[in-house]
Amino acid sequence: MAKYMVILHDSMPALRKMSPDDMQKVIAKYKAWSAKLGQAGRLVGGEKLFDEGGKHLTKTNGKMAVKDGPYAEAKEVVGGYFLIEAKDYTEATKLCEDCPHLELGGRIELRQVEPT
Amino acid sequence: MAASSDEVTPLVERLFRDEAGRLIALLTRLLGPAHLALAEDVTQEAFIAALGSWPRAGVPRRPSAWLLQVARRKALDALRRDRALADRLPAIAAELEDVERRDDAGAGEDPFDDDRLRMILLCCHPAVSGDSRVALTLKVVSGFSVSEVARAFLADEKAVAQRLVRAKRALRDAGATFEMPEGAARDARLDAVHSVLYLMFNEGHTAHDGESLLRRDLCVEALRLAERLTRSESTGTPTTRALAALFCFHASRFDERMDQKGHVATLARQDRSRWDVALISRGFEHLALAGTGEALSTFHVEAEIASLHAIAPSWAATDWARIVECYDRLLMITGSPVVALNRVVAVRELRGAANALVELREVERSGALDRYHLFHAVRAELLGALGWSDEAARAWIRARELAKSNPVQRHIAQRLDALASNDVDSEGIHPS
Repeated sequence: MAKYMVILHDSMPALRKMSPDDMQKVIAKYKAWSAKLGQAGRLVGGEKLFDEGGKHLTKTNGKMAVKDGPYAEAKEVVGGYFLIEAKDYTEATKLCEDCPHLELGGRIELRQVEPT
Repeated sequence: MAASSDEVTPLVERLFRDEAGRLIALLTRLLGPAHLALAEDVTQEAFIAALGSWPRAGVPRRPSAWLLQVARRKALDALRRDRALADRLPAIAAELEDVERRDDAGAGEDPFDDDRLRMILLCCHPAVSGDSRVALTLKVVSGFSVSEVARAFLADEKAVAQRLVRAKRALRDAGATFEMPEGAARDARLDAVHSVLYLMFNEGHTAHDGESLLRRDLCVEALRLAERLTRSESTGTPTTRALAALFCFHASRFDERMDQKGHVATLARQDRSRWDVALISRGFEHLALAGTGEALSTFHVEAEIASLHAIAPSWAATDWARIVECYDRLLMITGSPVVALNRVVAVRELRGAANALVELREVERSGALDRYHLFHAVRAELLGALGWSDEAARAWIRARELAKSNPVQRHIAQRLDALASNDVDSEGIHPS
């Protein structure tokens, strides 16, 4: 069983217009989805990243440059990730199929974690 | 905390909606009504943050405190960006910190309850046009989205959004404050609030189209806000009580108004043992307190009518004489043809279909109800009861053309069938 990182890109303009009630329902959906993976023994973990305050680090001529914002260039923010276990990419994709993130118009990036 | 842990703080139903009202009211007090839109944005951002965080990190132990903290941070960010507010930043920052402390200390009692009350009154500020007041109340007090407001009032979403923008601009241009108005201004404002809640309830109660006979949410919201008004001395007037009583009595019959197949159950046919007794007795509590002042509003009379239905053991054993008297009084105050129509239904029970039909002719003469499906339904019932089947059928067909709600359409189809098979009983549709 390999580990996969489910990276959630948060660019969901739909959220701006959503009612509080609907947002609450969406949270319940996410929780149901992760609970399902958890029960199947496929969920290793998940974290939310801070929306703001991230840093970009670059080094030129031996000098470290620190720029504010995790998304100085990229339009899409990485909002958080889940770590799941799956046999292969096909199965990992299948596990993410009903992730509410997609319904909301968000993008999911799936990356296999190289075993150490 | 990882999402895989089995920690789950359950999310209370309505939590976000309640929090929306609470946060918007709090922020509006601090930023001023001119910045209501900013208060809404900040609140929305706090929810978006929760949506990003809670599914992955788990629901915090105290969700409200979490939201408040995030809203505070977002508000301060927004203030730093907004030059017009920058000079007030230190004061507001201090106030926000204080708010959080009070929230932490507050056990049970919501320290911002008063903000919400003022918010309801702000939505009915004279600068806001009558049409926009309900929309604004639902949006910023009750936590409805623009599309939910639009759906509730069968309006175009864009039009509602524009209306809301105009309403907020009007508040800003009028220099509206967040203070509780005093004296005559408060009375006038409270009148406006009553109208808004009545409209809200009525819209939910009548549902003009679609599958659901009543958009219960609207009724529940109107009742909640009325209850909230009764809890404060400044707004809990006898008229507010009358309004709350009226809502309670009507709400007590929600479950019985439509059967499981989605058929309309008229008042005459409802199983009265299934009416909500708790709501009925709450209604009587309000009604008793409604009678403590000088005021006699239409809400008083309507609440009395509703109470007479609530205590009647059956349709036949209802105090129709008293109900007709109430309608007489209501008609005197309002002169409304819809009231006159309701009165005809009561007259039929008291003095028979023939007399009722004579009175209906009077109502008909004004022509105001020609496009109101219930007018034709009442007429059809009376004609049917008098054995004039062809005319009754024509009236039913006219009613069906005008009725927009599917359950009502089905009900009319049933009545037409009954007419065709000569199975007309003395029970009919009750327009209220």
